Amino acid sequence: MQNDNRPINVNPSDLLAFAWPITALTSITHRVSGVILFIGIAFGLYALEKSLASEEGFEAIRGIMNSPFGMFVTWALLSALAYHFVAGIKHLVMDFGFGETIESSRLASITTILVSAVLILLAGIWVIQG
Amino acid sequence: MITQVTSFSRNGMSDWIVQRVSAYILATYTVLLVGIMLLQGEITYSSWQALFSQTWMQVMTLLTILATCAHAWIGMWTIGTDYIREHYFGAGADGIRLVYQVGCVLLLVVYVIWTVKILWGNG
Repeated sequence: MQNDNRPINVNPSDLLAFAWPITALTSITHRVSGVILFIGIAFGLYALEKSLASEEGFEAIRGIMNSPFGMFVTWALLSALAYHFVAGIKHLVMDFGFGETIESSRLASITTILVSAVLILLAGIWVIQG
Repeated sequence: MITQVTSFSRNGMSDWIVQRVSAYILATYTVLLVGIMLLQGEITYSSWQALFSQTWMQVMTLLTILATCAHAWIGMWTIGTDYIREHYFGAGADGIRLVYQVGCVLLLVVYVIWTVKILWGNG
């Protein structure tokens, strides 16, 4: 049974269709970063397996992570982790009743962006320094 | 009409609690591992291997991958039921979503087996 009047979710492809409120942007980014991490775990487990298997494997992983492409992937995954972590903490804080009004939820979204931006910057420094 | 029979627990309140408990475990492990790596300074093969040969670290790592299973399944399930539906995918949406969900579960099963093999595979 088809009912076209049923409400639908905002879709990532609607990004340019209308101006998103900041709370919607931080929410969809939470989802996108979660999907990236879901796939990214494979990279993490591969690195963990190799690095624990032997001294050569450990050095091989270190070499990959010090290559420009490896540094970028590591930084991208750490960034997804940092954002998902901070946005998740926001949810846990909201569980205690904070940030449930329009104004306070906007503030919570802005805080999420600022804190994760700092962590993503620090992750970049960490990755470059090895 | 979407009739869901594959939510994590067939109960939204239970999903909510599982998502929170797993989130606390994942956050704890993230802070723990990043903290150890930052505090240790130069990480060598021997210090890295010594860390992951300790029982508490192996238990924490296994607990974390199990929490990941619950957490990622609820998240991926939610995303799948939000976007893989007739409105976007036409009449085949239910079939596509089923394939997507089976794919998600299989990948998580692989992650768990892989983790166990990494931690205890070589004794």
